[in-house]
Amino acid sequence: MKKLIELKNVSKAFDGEVVLDNLNLDIYDQQFITLLGPSGCGKTTTLRLVGGFETPDSGDIYFDGQRINDVPSYKRQINTVFQKYALFPHLNVFENVAFSLRLQKKGIAEIAPRVKEMLELVALKGFERKNVNFLSGGQQQRVAIARALISHPKVLLLDEPLGALDLKLRKDMQNELKKIQKQTGITFIYVTHDQEEALSMSDVVVVMADGRIQQIGAPTDIYNEPKNAFVADFIGESNIVDGVMEEDLKVTFSGHTFTCVDKGFAPKEQVDVVVRPEDVDVVSVEQGMLTGVVTSVTFKGVHYEIIVDIGGFKWMIQSTDFVGVDEKIGLYIEPDAIHIMKKSEYSGKYGDYSSFSDELDELSDASAVEE
Amino acid sequence: MKQKRTLSGKIVAYPHVLWSVLFIMLPLLFVLYFAFTTPDGAFTFDNIIALGNHKATFALSVSLSLLATVFCFLLGYPLAYFMAQASPKKQKLLMTLLMLPMWTNLLIRTYSMMALMDDAGLINSLLSALHLNTIRMIGTKGAVVFGMAYDFFPYMVLPLYTTISKIDKSVLEAASDLGASPAGVMTKVVLPLSSSGIISGVTMVFVPSISTFYISQKLGGGTFDLLGDAIERQFQNVNTYNVGAAISLVMMILVLLSLWVMNRFTDSDEGGTQA
Ligand SMILES: Nc1ncnc2c1ncn2[C@@H]1O[C@H](COP(=O)(O)OP(=O)(O)OP(=O)(O)O)[C@@H](O)[C@H]1O
Ligand SMILES: [Mg+2]
Repeated sequence: MKKLIELKNVSKAFDGEVVLDNLNLDIYDQQFITLLGPSGCGKTTTLRLVGGFETPDSGDIYFDGQRINDVPSYKRQINTVFQKYALFPHLNVFENVAFSLRLQKKGIAEIAPRVKEMLELVALKGFERKNVNFLSGGQQQRVAIARALISHPKVLLLDEPLGALDLKLRKDMQNELKKIQKQTGITFIYVTHDQEEALSMSDVVVVMADGRIQQIGAPTDIYNEPKNAFVADFIGESNIVDGVMEEDLKVTFSGHTFTCVDKGFAPKEQVDVVVRPEDVDVVSVEQGMLTGVVTSVTFKGVHYEIIVDIGGFKWMIQSTDFVGVDEKIGLYIEPDAIHIMKKSEYSGKYGDYSSFSDELDELSDASAVEE
Repeated sequence: MKQKRTLSGKIVAYPHVLWSVLFIMLPLLFVLYFAFTTPDGAFTFDNIIALGNHKATFALSVSLSLLATVFCFLLGYPLAYFMAQASPKKQKLLMTLLMLPMWTNLLIRTYSMMALMDDAGLINSLLSALHLNTIRMIGTKGAVVFGMAYDFFPYMVLPLYTTISKIDKSVLEAASDLGASPAGVMTKVVLPLSSSGIISGVTMVFVPSISTFYISQKLGGGTFDLLGDAIERQFQNVNTYNVGAAISLVMMILVLLSLWVMNRFTDSDEGGTQA
């Protein structure tokens, strides 16, 4: 695959506040790449740099091998689906979608069928004459997608394009977008803070925090081998505990020495250990590598979510077997369920469920959606 | 459900209705009455027919006011656009500068223009002091048009500035993103989205320009007879009230007509009905 876009040591500050800190990112032709990270981490700013709406303070951006730092947005073969749609309020649905073709001075005989095709693609058949100001948020977003796709750009930038849709439509559009991307071969740079969306749609996920890239990788790599505590916590649920690497393939944490599959660390190196809740087996106290007391159990449909106190540190475990609160249980962890990470600035900040409650979880979910 | 007007509602609406009748409807009716009567009060079309003598006045008035309006627009639009893009602090400053002349009475402003442009005025004195040829300004059409444009310029910029600054910046970015050059963004997005401001601005410059008499008298050196002058003259003599009313009537119809035409042109503005 050909390298299409390259960000090299790109930094950007607003009013003296660093928003992007030395970003390096390669994007390949026909890739579906997703920028994932909490609100304010610089995702939109990264897209705007690629789209040509901001220029980097330092560093370079290449498109197809050409440096494009100073190429204005209208000369880039890159189209954008904006976070807030940005439809033209003075034009109807047809003219919004036809905008780029009109600029290319195409005749109506060519424009009309292409607009029709695009509107069918985004499930807005028959909406041609509608006033965009009276469409629902989801419909406006789909007009924006059609408008950006119609001129067959090389790259499409999508800034949380499904943010305003309900769950059902969101799932449909996810499939639709993925299909469109496959069919057209357009490179998609997608922004979201929904990790499930990122994992299910992308070829490559870029996890960002605090204006820096934390990890780049395929969805399964990001999930199974997070680079640091931030990534482990942000993607899925994780128990993150302090550990000491005894030697290759041996790690001690929570007072027990485990066999693991990681190596290449210094002897006695302090590390962060990640164990996913679904990878812990509940066994009897005698058989357990670790033992703890159950402090809460929540039924989640497929499984129970169990919080266990192990020597003062609260673990989350997902199990299909019921256990009672205050019960003493044993835990069994397979070697390949243990993932070792180097210490980072995020160590100790994540992965402890002592303050965990469903209510808190819902609250933070709701605020994430609002942003 | 149909809403019934309460008694208090009626009372509150009263002053407004009274005001409209007294100061808008009644004067209009008077104009209408005078325009179609002789000084003795008998019905006649003579006044309207007599307007044929004022053809030149109409033509000159319309052309000079149009010219002033066009000047105001050509200068005002870029300024309004620039203001809308500037930092909030700069916007405030520019706004104050723009409004500053309006704190001075129109007559005083016109007099000071006279002092500047007179044959022996400030500009010419300066020119002759520099041993350059003096320029005759007072009494030229240019002076009248300049006077109109200068006096009514803020009325063009303010509505333009208001509508342009309301345009969402991301919409301009979207246009650029889809391949519109800066000129394309201007003609395809900014201009159409500011059409309501253009209409107000043009109206607010054209209407006072076409009815002014003071500017043409002072800066035109009495050489030009504009509609405002003609009307003023007719109303100075009781016997010619009727002709004056007829001129006013036709002028009003003219203004209304041009407004209607302009509104037609920009109907597609907010609705997005263009195909
Ligand atoms: N034009 C600007 N002027 C000043 N600060 C800005 C500007 N654009 C972005 N920022 C700041 O840069 C930071 C990153 O913003 P950005 O929009 O890239 O975040 P994001 O990751 O897209 O967040 P979200 O998920 O909420 O959209 C924020 O702190 C924001 O306040
Ligand atoms: Mg954003």
